[in-house]
Amino acid sequence: MTFQALDIHKSFGDTEVLKGVSLSMKEGEFVALLGPSGSGKTTLLNIIAGLAHADRGQLLFAGEDITRLPAGQRHFGFVFQNYALFRHMTVAQNIAFGLRVLPRKSRPSRSAIAARTRELLEMIEMADLADRFPAQLSGGQRQRVAMARALAIEPRLLLMDEPFSALDAQVRQSLRESVRDLQRKAGVGAIMVTHDRAEAWALADRVAVMNEGHIVQFDRPEVLSSNPSSDFVRLLVRADAA
Amino acid sequence: MTRFILIALSLLFLGLMVILPVIAIFHRAFADGFDAYRAAILDPETLAAIRLTVIATLLVLPLNVIFGVAAAWAIARFRFVGRRVLLILIEIPFAVSPIVAGLCFLLIYGAYGPVGALLEPYGVQLMFNLTGIVLVSAFVTCPFVMREVLPVLMVTGEDEELAAVTLGANGWQIFRHVVLPNISWGLAYGVVLTMARAMGEFGAVSVVAGAIRGQTMTLPLQIELMYNDYNATGAFAAATVLTALALVTLVLRGVLNRFGPKKEAHA
Repeated sequence: MTFQALDIHKSFGDTEVLKGVSLSMKEGEFVALLGPSGSGKTTLLNIIAGLAHADRGQLLFAGEDITRLPAGQRHFGFVFQNYALFRHMTVAQNIAFGLRVLPRKSRPSRSAIAARTRELLEMIEMADLADRFPAQLSGGQRQRVAMARALAIEPRLLLMDEPFSALDAQVRQSLRESVRDLQRKAGVGAIMVTHDRAEAWALADRVAVMNEGHIVQFDRPEVLSSNPSSDFVRLLVRADAA
Repeated sequence: MTRFILIALSLLFLGLMVILPVIAIFHRAFADGFDAYRAAILDPETLAAIRLTVIATLLVLPLNVIFGVAAAWAIARFRFVGRRVLLILIEIPFAVSPIVAGLCFLLIYGAYGPVGALLEPYGVQLMFNLTGIVLVSAFVTCPFVMREVLPVLMVTGEDEELAAVTLGANGWQIFRHVVLPNISWGLAYGVVLTMARAMGEFGAVSVVAGAIRGQTMTLPLQIELMYNDYNATGAFAAATVLTALALVTLVLRGVLNRFGPKKEAHA
């Protein structure tokens, strides 16, 4: 299933945040949107998710125009920067939420939901913490619950907004592996917003470098390193090699 | 020393202004003996007043819960024209004297008012009955629920609701499973405040109730009526009922404070 964004424009007041962004993903691909704050990457992700709407441009998923489709009907999993776990629900209830709110005719049975939840809990290695509340979890655990909750609905695309920014460096490193692993297992394409070059390099098949409302280069990490298209990309790539 | 003075002052003030009057109510109510008290409470007019007060309060509550939660959610989550105005308007019942509020309602919804006159040909009368009492009570208490719920919504933020949106929940499901559990304590607190105020409201209700004995007398009106009739035992006996209702809401409030910001286990 391929995803395409075509010529997306977005302004807030007088500020044009996205100036005609196009992006095309292959099936199961992991794409990172990399850029400094204010480059428009989070806005682009929100538009893809349906949490914001483009002023101009088109979103296509598997050939279908989803530009005006409400967020809830896109079946895109979203991992929020602060995870946005439901604080009054247990870990298991958080994960099951997307299944429980399905319309009656397409909703799995109670036992099927429980089984799927257990499966996801095991996948994130938190089966013993099913009855904990988010406040009782560490940052890394919350992040994994957020991942499992997003994957529970068997999303067509996984969207992540700075999924590691709230974690300390050590946890971040180990979670990268697990996120990539979960995404592969789910066999779902993913778009991750990040401002951390190392993170993008470690996770993504391809990286879209964003600056001032444009995607300035979109390619595999090694190509970005060996063949930067502009000074901006060259500096960005080199920045943390030093 | 400072500590001692502060505590002593607070206790003295509280004793003189709050505790003593409450004791006085009960003391006077039982002054003529328990039988007289019993007879006063079981007086048909007093019973009717108790019933009316409870019914009116129970009708006001859902009105204010629905309006208060809807307004708080709208103000917390959406930017719309008139948002600021709504925030200010909602405070008006706090600022306006209840008796003035009652007069305004009479002016608008009374038989000669624009709305009242419109409905009169159809035999619908809004004032001088239960409807009028409910309307003004709803006005007087309308900020409570909203004022308690709004800050909670502001603090919890929008993220959980957005997460629910991306997971496919519809508006009602988001409200039921995400918003409501998060605001439940604030909402309960608002309900308690609304209850206390709706039961005790005198000024606004006195204007629109029409003072028909045994029919449109709420408890506070009945108390004043009996007191003016030199029926002190009756007045104070009825006052104990109102006080008891108020104490119940106080206890509820205490319970809410005690167990307040805790997690709920169920979704």
